[in-house]
Parts: sequence; structure tokens; C-alpha cells
Amino acid sequence: MRATCWHGKRDMRIDDVPDPQILNQRDAIVRITSTAICGSDLHLYNGFIPTVKKGDILGHEFMGEVVELGRDVKNLAIGDRVVVPFPIACGACLACEAKMYSLCENSNPNAWMAEKLMGHSPAGVYGYSHMLGGFAGGQAEYARVPFADVGPLKVPQGMPDEQALFLSDIFPTGYMAAEMCDIAPGDTIAVWGCGPVGQFAIASARMLGATRVIAIDRFDERLAMARDKAGATDTIDYEEQDVPGTLKDLTGGVGPDACIDAVGSEAHAPGLMYAYDRFKQALMLESDRPLALRQAIMACRNGGTVSVIGVYGGFIDKFPMGSFMNRSLTMRTGQCHVHRYMKPLLERIEKGDIDPSFVVTHRMKLDDVADGYAMFANRQDDCVKIVMTP
Amino acid sequence: MEVTRARTGEDRFAGLSQQDDTQVPTDAGDRRSPPRSDAERLARGLGLFSISLGIAEVLAPRFISRLAGGRGDSLTLIRLYGIREIVSGMMIFGQGARPAAAMWSRVAGDALDLATLAAVSSSATTRKRPLAFAAANVLGVTALDVYCAQALSRNRALAPGGAIRMSRSVVVNRTPEALYRFWHDFENFPRFMYHLRDVRATGERTSHWVANGPAGSRVEWDAEITADTPNELIAWRSVEGADVENSGIVQFERRPSGRGTIVRVEIEYRPPGGAAGELVARLFNESPEQQIYDDLHRMKQLIETGEVMRSDAVPGGRGPVRQAVTAGPRGQADTLMRASIRQRDARKER
Repeated sequence: MRATCWHGKRDMRIDDVPDPQILNQRDAIVRITSTAICGSDLHLYNGFIPTVKKGDILGHEFMGEVVELGRDVKNLAIGDRVVVPFPIACGACLACEAKMYSLCENSNPNAWMAEKLMGHSPAGVYGYSHMLGGFAGGQAEYARVPFADVGPLKVPQGMPDEQALFLSDIFPTGYMAAEMCDIAPGDTIAVWGCGPVGQFAIASARMLGATRVIAIDRFDERLAMARDKAGATDTIDYEEQDVPGTLKDLTGGVGPDACIDAVGSEAHAPGLMYAYDRFKQALMLESDRPLALRQAIMACRNGGTVSVIGVYGGFIDKFPMGSFMNRSLTMRTGQCHVHRYMKPLLERIEKGDIDPSFVVTHRMKLDDVADGYAMFANRQDDCVKIVMTP
Repeated sequence: MEVTRARTGEDRFAGLSQQDDTQVPTDAGDRRSPPRSDAERLARGLGLFSISLGIAEVLAPRFISRLAGGRGDSLTLIRLYGIREIVSGMMIFGQGARPAAAMWSRVAGDALDLATLAAVSSSATTRKRPLAFAAANVLGVTALDVYCAQALSRNRALAPGGAIRMSRSVVVNRTPEALYRFWHDFENFPRFMYHLRDVRATGERTSHWVANGPAGSRVEWDAEITADTPNELIAWRSVEGADVENSGIVQFERRPSGRGTIVRVEIEYRPPGGAAGELVARLFNESPEQQIYDDLHRMKQLIETGEVMRSDAVPGGRGPVRQAVTAGPRGQADTLMRASIRQRDARKER
């Protein structure tokens, strides 16, 4: 089959590789009908994630048709149309029982690698380094789906791929970011980063009752999407405006009730601090640039919540611990426990509360994936989200 | 409470090291800091020596130069070497209980010293007798450094008497009763302990084990149960005449929250051929620590999910890098891996 393979920093290629096979009796093989490039794939593309090897197949947002089933999968049938959650979860361990699916204790056969970096290992993830299991990803014609009796969600007939596809990651991820803010009616939420996850965080914050949602980015088209499609009430262009000052102005000086970091480890910002973080990164003295996170902490109101959904890989510098501690802030974070949110969010799509396809700006063939990565990484052509079909 | 229970296990642990009258640590949580080995004491001595010599080189380079047969010159070089000595010495104290890397840095430093002495030996101004004396001294220290570095680099799990000891625990989402039943059937072991080919029960308390040895060889032994407390612990050891003397203990402890059971395992074996045998084993196998970690995680997967978890890059369901076949271009290596899994599965089904 054809698949998107990582060949090095900023070098993605379509290779001919062997078809995936059933390796466990709870596996399914899915013929992929739609797949997407995730913002977190750009961390792999830019070479920030360790233990990625030449030839690894990337992609963790995909859906398709079940073509092969292991003996023990009873809830799916050949021909079912399914969307697949990006964390791999067994459904039987203590983490899964607590519905913390992205912390599944059994799905990462390379857990020991992640333990070296993080102390303990999270769940295995499709196409996201050997440290997270060495699973082949879904930017391909076919993918093997382990624990197919736990993860994949059947998609109702008649629902187009583009409406269901983002249940695999970015819609639940954005939703969890908003949910972690414990929004009460009347709350003001500020969202750093208006990429696809930021867009869904904004839309979800509105769905959960936030009165005011402030979107922060530097690209006009993303701020426009946040305002016009996702439902942000205010926008801040961080290259033009002073973010902390504007947030104080908008909130009468107290700051937002909760702040969402939907940026993660490769943040940009004008000014000296950005140069400082780039310098530290170049010297390998810090792996992640927490520019948005620092700002979110400093901006949050006393006693407020900082919800971190942007992906971090390793270590950060100049964490404003004094501000965080003295002002009784709460930080909540985690890779999304997608399984928890798929069904309720599917119902919201069916009810017409939201049409997740609003984030799609580009459609292309899988064969053009290299151009897709370059375009997304460089934010060319107002690119927000790329959907590919094999 | 926890500690008491662990100690009880130790008392009943009919391990190889029992004769040695040493502490048998049950896991990191219960472990008292072990007594320092000779190598560790030697390392500390060499560290002090390193720092003292370094200080002398920095403060009195002229004296050191004369001592080594020089004319009291090259003072900057000697001071630099002094700083090197001090850094090496501080590394020894800074690296915790087993400063192997720091000791190897001392060996590298010795090599540099010897090279320097060799380089100046041809100089007409060098006095040969003090030079020979200095070289002899450096050679002596080098020998000590090499010995100590080697001793420290050797398997961390090496127990007194040359036995390899591995211990590890894992939490499994089952009751102690269920886990005790699973572990009591020794025939289950090869399903998650991949170095075992086959275990057969031969009696109420006895079993016959077949394991993979280095380079595709085959080792066998008979084992007997030495302690058995229902739902709490099982201990076993090989009987006389085993190819590889070994013993093990597994203990089950319900977590205080009631959610899941802590399974603590400790396995000890004496590789045939002593240290040389161990070296050979290491060339062909993963480290003992990695092996028991993998074994226990596979056991957890097997019990909780019904199977050992496999991924495209780890189709054997085992973790160590040596077995982790990369995607590739995903060709031959993966195919070989899958073929071997199919063979193993076929073997098991028979």
C-alpha cells in the first residue's frame, strides 16, 4: 500500500510499504477513506519529537471501512464505517476503567522508552514515534487498529467523512480543553492559538456556556475563522496588540476566568523572550518553547484555571511558578481521552449543534502529502486544516 | 505493614544468596541502601586521590613537573591536567552509588598522562629515572582504575557470589486471588517470559523448565516450590544439577485503594561459567532489568487484555531496542519478525 513515511526533518514521502496485518486478535484493519494532518504532526515534521525513525508511517486522524477483523472483535462487522480515536486504549486496565484512555497501561509496548523521558508512560498513539509504541499511522491506504472492540466508533450512514473525521482527535481535544476550564455561565475564556484545536476549543467553550471567548493568534484568516465560524467574541492579533494589556482591558483588569493554551511547544511571539527560547533550544538547554503558556499563566485571573491542550514534548524554561502558586491557579492538562467524548460529540453533530467541517480549508490526494505538510507548516495559502483521501 | 510483609517474603525466600546472609531487597520501595561493595569503596578512594593530586597539580605544578623528571616547565599543561583530575574526582562523588562513567573518565585521563610521559621521554632534557618512577606510578593507578571501572560497569544486579538478581513490580487490575492462581500454574510462564521455551508440571511441587540459552542453545532444569502461601506468595528454586541455578519469588499485595494488586517479582540466577558466562549472555540478551520489566508488562497485558500487545514496530510484543524493528522501508526485518511470531504461536497451539 501507499503510506506517508517520515524520512527526516521536513522530509515526508509517499512510500510503497507492506499492507498492515492482524497482529492481535482484537485488531481490525481499516481501509482509510479520509485522513488529516494534525498540528501535532508538525512537531514530528519539524523534528522535535524523539524516537521517530526513518520510514515510520505518520498520521493519527483517520477513518474508513473495516476490511478485516481479529477473532475477538465482536462489535464490528466487515464493511462498517468507523472513525478511530488517536490514543490506543485496551479498555481493561485501571486507567481505562477510570476513563483516562490516553493513559492506557497496556497499549504501549515501548512504555519503557517513554518512562525514561517522562517518568511514566502514556498510552500508545498511531504514527507518533517509537516512544509511544511504534504503531504505523493512518496517513496511508490501510491501517491496523488494535483494541478495535474499544476504540472505533461507527459513523451513521449519510454523515459525510468530513463531519465525522475530526472525532478522531481535534474536536474532542478542543472540547476537553474547554471542559477542563469548568465553565460557568458568564465566564470569559481566552484561547491562545487558533489552529484547528484552538478553533474547536473556542466553539466548545461557547457550547459549554462561556459568554465571552477571546481568540489569540497572529494570522488574520485564523482570527476571522475563530470569529465567524467558531464563535469567538473577541480576537487579539499578538503581533499587533499587547496581549496582557488587551486581556486586562477586556476583563476590567481581573483577567480571563480560564486560559487555554492550544499552542504547545513551538510557540512564536514577538520580542526578546522568543529569541531567548530559540537560543536555549539551539543549545539543547530546553526542548519546548512555552511562550503561550507563560503568558496564559500571567494573564489568568486570581484563582482561575489554565488548561493546557497544546502538545509539549520535554522540558521548558522560565515557568512563572511564583505567579502560578501565589495566585491559587489550577492547571489541567492531558492528551485527550478521546474515547470518552466520541459518542456525545457525535450526537451534537447529528443534532446540528456544530458542523466540525468548518475548519477544513484544503482537500488533497494522499500522494500530495509532502506538499500538504509544507503548506501547513508554513501556513501558506491560509491553510488551517488539510483533509486527504487515498 | 508493607515492609513487614515484604520481609516475611524474604525469610521464606529460598534464594541462592541466602547462604550469603545478605539483605534480599524486594523492590526499590522497601530497599534499604545496600552496603557498599569493594569497588564502590575503591572508587571513593580513587576519587579522593584524584582531587588531591589535582589540587597539587594546580597549586604546585613546578614541583609535579620535577617529580616527573621535567625541568619545572609546561606549567599551564600541568595545571590543566590538575583541573581534569579534580573534575574526575568530583564526578566520582557526584554520580551516586555506582560512578562507573566517572571511573572510565579516570581511565581516559590515565591514558592521557601515559601518552604525555611517553611524548616527553625522548626529550633530551628529561631526567629518565624520575620519569620511569612517575610512569610506574601512573601505570599502577591505571590498573586500579581499570579494575574499579570494570567492576562498577558490570551488571548492577550482580548479587554476591556472582548471581544475577532482578526485581520489579507491576500493578495488575485483578485480585490477589486471581493472580495467585495464574502464577501458581507455572506452565503459564513462557506466555510472558520470553526466554522460557516450555515449563511442564511434573508433580505437586515440582516442574521441568526449558529455556533459551545464549546463541540458540538450550538449558534445562527441574524446579521445586519452596514456599507457597495462598494469595500471598509463591517461591521456587532449581534443584541440584540444574544447567543454570536459579530461584524466584512472586508476592501479591492488594493496593491500599483496593483497585488492583501489586505483583512483586524477584528472580535470581547464576549464569553458567560465572562472569564470562554472564558477559556472553549479555551479548545475546537484553539486560536483566529490561527482561524482567518486559516480562511483567507482558504478564499484565496478557491478564488484562487477553494477549501480549504488539505494534507494527514491536511485533514480538517485547520492548528492548535490539528487538524493536523499525518500520523501514518496512520489508525484510518485519517479515522475519512476523515469521518468528507465527512459528512461536504455532508452537504454542500444538
